[in-house]
Amino acid sequence: MTKPADFPPPFRTADYVAAPSDPPEERIDVGVLIVGAGPAGLACGIRLGQLLEEAPEVRERLGEVPVAILEKGKQAGSHLLSGAVVNPRSLRRLFKGRKRLDEMPFYGPVEHESVYFLTHKSALRIPAPPTMKNEGNYVASLSRLGRWLAEQAEEAGAMLLPETVAEKLLVSDGRARGVRTGDKGRGRNGQPLGNFEPGSDLVAKVTVLAEGTQGHLSGVALDRFGLTGENPQVWALGVKEVWKVKRPLGRVIHTLGWPLRGGANFREFGGSFIYPMGEDMLTLGMVVGLDYRDVELSVHDLLQELKLHTLVRKLLEGGERVEWGAKTIPEGGFLALPKQLHAPGLLITGDGAGLVNVPALKGIHYAIESGRLAAEAAFASLQRGQTPATPGALAGYDEALRESFVWKDLLEVRNMRPAFGRGLILGGALAGVMTATKGRFPRRDLRLERDADVDLIRTDRAKSYPAPDGKLTFDKLSSVFASGNKTRDDQPNHIVLQREVPQDIALLWERMCPAQVYEATETGVDVTPSNCVQCGAISAKGGRLTPPEGGSGPEYTLT
Amino acid sequence: MKIAVCVKQIPEGNSRIDPGTKRLDRGGEGTLNAFDANAVEEALRLKDSTGEGEVVLLSLGLAKAQDALRKALAMGADRAVLISDDAAAGSDLVATSYALAKALEREGADVILFGQQAGDSDGAVLWAAVADRLRMPVVSQAAEITHADGKLTVKRQTEFGYDVIEAPLPAVVAVSDAINEPRYPSLKGIMGAKSKPQETVTLADLGVEADRAGEQGSRTEVYALNDPPARGDSKKIDDDGNAAQAIFDFLAEKRLV
Amino acid sequence: MSTLVFLEHHGDELLKGALGVLAKAASLGDGDVAGVVIGSGVRPLADAAGTFGAAKVYVADDAQLEAPLPQPRVDVIAQLVRDKGIETILFGNSVLAADVAAGLAARLDAGINWDLVDLVQQDGKLVGKRPALQDSVYVDVGWTTEPRIALFRSGSFDPNEKGGSAEVEDVQVALEDFSSAARMVDQAHEESEGPSIEDAPVIVAGGRGLGGPENFALVEELAKALGGAVGATRAVVDAGWYPYATQVGQTGKTVAPKLYIACGISGAIQHKVGMQSSGVIVAINKDTNAPIFEFSDLGVVGDVHEVVPKLTELVKQRKSS
Repeated sequence: MTKPADFPPPFRTADYVAAPSDPPEERIDVGVLIVGAGPAGLACGIRLGQLLEEAPEVRERLGEVPVAILEKGKQAGSHLLSGAVVNPRSLRRLFKGRKRLDEMPFYGPVEHESVYFLTHKSALRIPAPPTMKNEGNYVASLSRLGRWLAEQAEEAGAMLLPETVAEKLLVSDGRARGVRTGDKGRGRNGQPLGNFEPGSDLVAKVTVLAEGTQGHLSGVALDRFGLTGENPQVWALGVKEVWKVKRPLGRVIHTLGWPLRGGANFREFGGSFIYPMGEDMLTLGMVVGLDYRDVELSVHDLLQELKLHTLVRKLLEGGERVEWGAKTIPEGGFLALPKQLHAPGLLITGDGAGLVNVPALKGIHYAIESGRLAAEAAFASLQRGQTPATPGALAGYDEALRESFVWKDLLEVRNMRPAFGRGLILGGALAGVMTATKGRFPRRDLRLERDADVDLIRTDRAKSYPAPDGKLTFDKLSSVFASGNKTRDDQPNHIVLQREVPQDIALLWERMCPAQVYEATETGVDVTPSNCVQCGAISAKGGRLTPPEGGSGPEYTLT
Repeated sequence: MKIAVCVKQIPEGNSRIDPGTKRLDRGGEGTLNAFDANAVEEALRLKDSTGEGEVVLLSLGLAKAQDALRKALAMGADRAVLISDDAAAGSDLVATSYALAKALEREGADVILFGQQAGDSDGAVLWAAVADRLRMPVVSQAAEITHADGKLTVKRQTEFGYDVIEAPLPAVVAVSDAINEPRYPSLKGIMGAKSKPQETVTLADLGVEADRAGEQGSRTEVYALNDPPARGDSKKIDDDGNAAQAIFDFLAEKRLV
Repeated sequence: MSTLVFLEHHGDELLKGALGVLAKAASLGDGDVAGVVIGSGVRPLADAAGTFGAAKVYVADDAQLEAPLPQPRVDVIAQLVRDKGIETILFGNSVLAADVAAGLAARLDAGINWDLVDLVQQDGKLVGKRPALQDSVYVDVGWTTEPRIALFRSGSFDPNEKGGSAEVEDVQVALEDFSSAARMVDQAHEESEGPSIEDAPVIVAGGRGLGGPENFALVEELAKALGGAVGATRAVVDAGWYPYATQVGQTGKTVAPKLYIACGISGAIQHKVGMQSSGVIVAINKDTNAPIFEFSDLGVVGDVHEVVPKLTELVKQRKSS
């Protein structure tokens, strides 16, 4: 059978790198430019605000707009999606002496938790693996937390620029100079429409990439500056829903097993989560590694199937779905980290850098800490009167990261995900040993394989996907609607893809995409880009996602 | 020439009615109403065509209405006035038009523009009420506006085609979404919006009496929310060659042919 | 309770929507129902109103009232309301009527509820039914004072020609100075092309089920026969079969014609939210599981290429007979 890597997308990094070209009077200058108003970017903006408050002379040098944060979504939070159970340590550190935990928009501390191994008909309670204990952690909606962090960032003096896409990385003399923002008002064929507004060169002393999973310029930068590590990054796709429910859930639930198949040949690694959101809401989601092999696998449909299990159905009885969303999670962990996370004038943070602890299902607090450390490195460089674009000026960021708990945690669990490539049982056993030895086993690190390199198989898995009933189970199009997506149709296709591919590849994409963007045809694949919720799955499996016009995509509020 | 644009903030994402207050849940973040964007665009074009003038935004809303105003300022409006007062909560058209009229009197604009309807339809038909209070001519559904010699010539879109109506200034005009394609704010515009003058006033600042504001000043009320009635008997048939006739008979029965 | 209905006219006919509201008012059976006709040379219309349920018709006939402009009508009705102690004033929605109703609300400081689809007596109060949130919810609304003003969604009620005659009373016309400031320079002529999609009373729309852009000809024929406009789904506009200006749906136009015929359209929610408020929905689709059948009034599981041309023929025949 074929594999997606045989049909690489016609994507060229060079298309997204440019020297500043606007005439000086049109160019926009800012001090520190942060790309992405997610937890990493906002933490960076907040920390910079704190530091600049105490150092007016540095602030002076940064000009009229010392800190600018670009966000491609309609507002902060529109493109943020996670479970989530958050480890508060980074937020405590970031807001030390300024804000208490009870002032932050959480849905409460984790009080009870259970882990189940599911079969089609039963739910076996199993002890929570030590990496998954959540005592002292808090349930949150990342979208909502993002909105709150954005308010703090603005109060700290950062200028938030929503509906603005960072399309190209500005580089000259081997140094990052800022970004060129995306055009607005182009038609389907790229032609300028009546209200066409070209992008601008946004020039900064330091550019911080905080774009999240499959970050557009993060990928471009890693390539351009030769920062990619030995192992490729790998991803999982998470699809989730938020429900209004009649009875409070009261505990955090994780499940393994059904509806995923444990056999090693399927390579279906993942599970589900069900988290309480206060008294009257809960969120549930299905997360599956994109190294799965079966063309017919559809994570969205697995989630629909999951809801039919008695354990889950009971929880949702009498309730109503209020939101839906999907997003990828970088799963390579330590082994997939880039060689270094800085380049002249550039810092890379958060999920875009791959700072996620897969066994613990945690990434938000690492994103926040990395954003904070990026702010400190940028500030230190500016304070020293250096030009941060000088090679080595921002090396302090990588040094600080390596000394932080982020590094220590990721190092310890670095081989767990690859172990699960061997199937649930063997993987589970290996993971157990790794935990017991705190990562000292195995002595030689396992290797990661690119998701797109995985050989495909085809089963009749799709037969058992439930027909949507519109009450408990839903089809993809109405789910895209529930994500708040109202993307303008008449704009260029932002997905870079080979269109004439064999049926199996087209079907793979059709099933994989939670938003029904791809459709297999007789000659290959058709694309409906306006459905896209920018989850990033396509980039892992043979295509390449680039950002559409600013403001497009989902409008998450509770994910 | 001073052009005032009345803009409204609507909630982001899929709207919900708060079952408690039975009013639109305005808790979430807000955005500029798409139809008001047409009005702001038209105001900017009018200002551009005369070569001078000022575009002022007015909004009656929560403090968060600032987001909607900021977007309009980013497009190029010069200044914003937000009427923000808890006492205004629960205002219906009677109360809202009264407060807006007071604010507009204060501004003394030559042209007052509205978008033709609000996405959450709270503001629909507001312009005619405001114009009556201000004792100014009003033209709605404007698909085209030209200005010359202290007069506006408006092409009004009706069910029967286009009328051409002339109104002397000062005048109130509600624009239809066919009138223009609103511009995207430039990055410079977005960044500059923050430093444009934004004034917040209370009802008291405007001289709005307590008994003419909020629920006290309103003359309508909301009783309950219900599920919509079922569409009625829905029929589904298979085509055995006679479906076209069946459809025709169905339409004839409903006097649609 | 005394009720006044604004009987809008165009040319020498009373508007169907206004007559429908008149029928509704009469059916409430609660006190006197009067109509008001305003214009120039409109007396014959007053006589016609009697046959549609008005017990009394006020006529304001004056050259100053010839053009269909709202503000002079506010003056006339406000005066009438004050003189006759009218408690409820009803309007059927139109561009003109909406402006009159809202202007009147300000003039009289009277509560106005608009976009209503029904009006009932409930617990001793007059309650209006108003769809909200894309018709997913119906809100019961009311008035706290009199007079009350209600503006009904167009086409909410059918006229009731039960015969009879009305007592006709002329009313004096005294206009405010600002009411005559706006001047009609050129009044709308009948459109020679078909109606625009927003105003069309009938829309025939095509989707992927048509099979190809050439089959839009079937849709166009039927639309022409019915005097309606052509609509399209996002999918076919994306594929270049029909222009974006005709796209109905979440990211296209929202329409609410009296009749919507969906040809080869599956009925995904993105499309549904753009047309679900249509009066009558007829759907033709080969797939019996298409979601559109869940919200259509008449669903036909069949081939559009067979059904649509036959229907067009039948409509044409009826028109010519």
